[in-house]
Amino acid sequence: MRTFRGAVKNNPMSILGTRVLRTEDPAFLTSGGVYMDDLVDERLTGSLYATFVRAPIAHARILDIDISAALQAPGVVAIYLSGDVPLADRRPPSPTFDKAMVQPLLAKGKVRYVGEPIAVVLTEEKYQGEDAAELVMVDYDALPAVVNPRLSADSVKLFDDAVSNQVGTFGSADDFDPDFFADCEVVFTHEIVNQRVAVASMEGRGGVSVWGEDGRLTAWISNQGAQGSKTALAAMIGIPADQVRVITPDVGGGFGAKFGADTEHGIISWASRELGRPVRWVETRYENLLGMTHGRDQVQTITIGGKRDGTILAYRLEVLQDVGAYPRIGAILPSLTRLMTPGTYSFKTESRATMVVTNKTPVGAYRGAGRPEATAAIERAVDFFALSVGVDSAEVRRKVLLPKFTEPHTTSTGAKYDSGDYETALNLACKSIGYDELRREQAERRARGDVKQLGIGVACYVEITGGGAESGAPHENATVEVHPDGTATILTGTSPHGQGHATAWAMLASDQLGIPIDKITLKWGDTDLIPEGGGTGGSRSLQQGGAAVQKASIELIELARERAAELLEANPEDLQMDTSIQGLKVAGSPGAQVTLAELAAKERLFVRSVFTAPGATFPFGAHIAVAEVDTETGHATLKRILAVDDAGTILNPLLFDGQRHGGIGQGAAQALLEEFVYDEDGNPLTASFADYPFLSATEVPSYELVTMETPTSYNPMGAKGVGEAGTIGSTPAVQNAVIDAVAHLGVRHIDMPTSAQRVWRAIEAAAAGGASASGGTVGSGGIASPDATATGIASHSTPDGKVSTPTSENEAI
Amino acid sequence: MQVTLTVNGQERSAEVEPRLLLVHLIRDDFALKAANVGCDTSSCGACTVLLDGESVKSCTVLAVQADGSSVQTAEGLAPEGQLHPVAAAFRQEHGLQCGFCTPGMVMASVGLLKTNPNPTEQEVREGLEGNFCRCTGYHNIVQAVLTAAKAGVDSPSVSALHPGVQA
Repeated sequence: MRTFRGAVKNNPMSILGTRVLRTEDPAFLTSGGVYMDDLVDERLTGSLYATFVRAPIAHARILDIDISAALQAPGVVAIYLSGDVPLADRRPPSPTFDKAMVQPLLAKGKVRYVGEPIAVVLTEEKYQGEDAAELVMVDYDALPAVVNPRLSADSVKLFDDAVSNQVGTFGSADDFDPDFFADCEVVFTHEIVNQRVAVASMEGRGGVSVWGEDGRLTAWISNQGAQGSKTALAAMIGIPADQVRVITPDVGGGFGAKFGADTEHGIISWASRELGRPVRWVETRYENLLGMTHGRDQVQTITIGGKRDGTILAYRLEVLQDVGAYPRIGAILPSLTRLMTPGTYSFKTESRATMVVTNKTPVGAYRGAGRPEATAAIERAVDFFALSVGVDSAEVRRKVLLPKFTEPHTTSTGAKYDSGDYETALNLACKSIGYDELRREQAERRARGDVKQLGIGVACYVEITGGGAESGAPHENATVEVHPDGTATILTGTSPHGQGHATAWAMLASDQLGIPIDKITLKWGDTDLIPEGGGTGGSRSLQQGGAAVQKASIELIELARERAAELLEANPEDLQMDTSIQGLKVAGSPGAQVTLAELAAKERLFVRSVFTAPGATFPFGAHIAVAEVDTETGHATLKRILAVDDAGTILNPLLFDGQRHGGIGQGAAQALLEEFVYDEDGNPLTASFADYPFLSATEVPSYELVTMETPTSYNPMGAKGVGEAGTIGSTPAVQNAVIDAVAHLGVRHIDMPTSAQRVWRAIEAAAAGGASASGGTVGSGGIASPDATATGIASHSTPDGKVSTPTSENEAI
Repeated sequence: MQVTLTVNGQERSAEVEPRLLLVHLIRDDFALKAANVGCDTSSCGACTVLLDGESVKSCTVLAVQADGSSVQTAEGLAPEGQLHPVAAAFRQEHGLQCGFCTPGMVMASVGLLKTNPNPTEQEVREGLEGNFCRCTGYHNIVQAVLTAAKAGVDSPSVSALHPGVQA
């Protein structure tokens, strides 16, 4: 059903809720978007090109840097090292973290990951920079590399002045209830790895900086929120924020990794001021795969207990977060993993997280940012339990899903779920995909002993979208202006980079004002024009930014009403907005009317509004994946994936489904293929697209989508966020499906990505004797031992309800 | 070295270094910015153009190798103000989001449909395997190519500059 239930929908012929093609597409399909490397602007005449010299070794003291040869190379204008750049180190993102773990903008004395910037070379031409950078000679004294996060605490310290390699913790083992599993008949524990992945937006990072004669910095940055980038950049170079103007060009994908500003942006801005010329920087893919923050990278110990009839009673999650060489936002994300620990279930949970540094690329946000890790953990744990007690995985979930609620439900972790109907979502998914039929086919293949076995993976999810800003309740601003020629302009604090805001925000204004969407222009990403805004991330844009556009449009009608009343000498109450004339009419007086454009011709007609939400919203759903596994080769093929996603009222099903598709693709990619791998010395083995197994079109099927719409009361539209839901639901569904395909052979867990080698080894290990064959194996945590993570039956319950845990370092219970 | 090419129907010349890649010639010398550089290993296909009618990754070709050839980019697919049927199908099916892979993806699709005008879904997926997209999960890209095939690539260009609304 595609009805728009918003309280302010005033037109039965409304465009809201309909499939509207994107107004931004024709430009993308002809001349192409204007991305960082496409910028042509007279302010950039005479630009220099910045090329960064990056560490080729994971952990080392820098003994000497010789730039003399490089300085002689053609076109070189300047080369700067750490000591040349008087900018402050970046501090950890939380005051509770070890304060010694600061990040110099260019490596100072030590390098801590392959790809860390050491020097910047400024040249007249782009190609000259690469030539000169190769001539910068660095003498290193290698240090042991810290690669395995499990061993980080006892390894050589990355930061001499830090207490250890531990960044901080969320929660404490002391908080754990020693009797947490006391009433359980069976308890299972296992270590699972939510592996490190590359964000790999198709456009990498980039920036251009130029200083004006007024002493202000203008910086074009490929980003997800210009206002946040402005704040970060100003802080990095130590000038007031109002001295910085950030402009956002078209952005070729962000996925969480383009918020704020990176050290490279600080360096090129400083160099531009130093040299009095604009400086451009656009990274290569190699730089991107090493320099852009990575995603995920948690080692999770799950412990789950309950009754033999399949009733789960208790679940514990212990997270070890590898934050990479410097604590960035990725060091904060385990707090979101903890917040979402309980998932869609009613059983009790407890969790804690420890964050450690390693000699790898720093970890940041990646589509879902802390929540996919929570869902993957609990959905894997629930399936582990179901497989182990021999109860159907959908049935196990039904026993413990939270019942439908329409008033907010507060979890034990303090998450306030606005509304939820999880069992309906699960049942809808089962019905839509033909769950019982699939189980019959699976049983038949098992009975026949087919080489190709079928697996059915179920995942229920709830996630948090539009979370609160640091400055208080989540909010966003919008300005709507109608012009004398009948067109309109919207200014938004969100920052689209594929999400279709130009179309969606125009739909919201058009619905109120009657102005066709192709007469409405959206502007974003210029901090002089729009000084405030939260950008686009955390699936917040429609529920806050869209809501602000709708609010501003309604308030603009009220402003127009006052002015029209004066002009037409009528009572404001007698004036009615008529979208068919894009103006106001006096009730009962035919001909007495004025259009918004006519009012705008007399005096500028615009309204700026701020929409403030009562809190975050919690979209939910159920995904079911069907995988086929060749038991002779271990190769897993994703045959089907069906998603039931409920993100409240749908504004434009075209955009809504597009977001789901993209999320499902990325989630399936993590489950099946993608992993950023380091060797034991911290050398990256996947630093190009020739090595990193980026998802391609042949590795996924078409996706099956089923929609539920449970409106939230937190905004007039009833909309929740959908940008990350696909990733959150699909990852565990696909992983569970692959494992389910070989579960009858005794396999209970295979770490992601479920490569053919891992699947094959899991089958072999199970055949060789289950737990004993897999005892002591642990997840790889991004180390190049992908075959080490396949395990057979991981845990056995004993008659007295105690558990033996051959795979866990922590003895459960 | 001097190279002369026919680019989107117009003869263009440039003085180039022997190591210059075709994609940089197109982008930097001819200021046609639709084709993008998305990797450095010829893996992603964001730079795909038609070279003498055949889709190629323009980062795998040196500018001097393309001397005397005819190049078509996304800019030259349809007359000003119009969308090529394949581009129109991408819009119709929402086969693009951030747009970075799009010009390459469209050119690869045009090339695919030239050699196989009626592909199956699997053939489309295999034909586009060398073109990466991070936004769409490929679903709507595949739909777009199938839609374009159904409509016929040689059908009159669709002017799709007005927003369409469908029930």
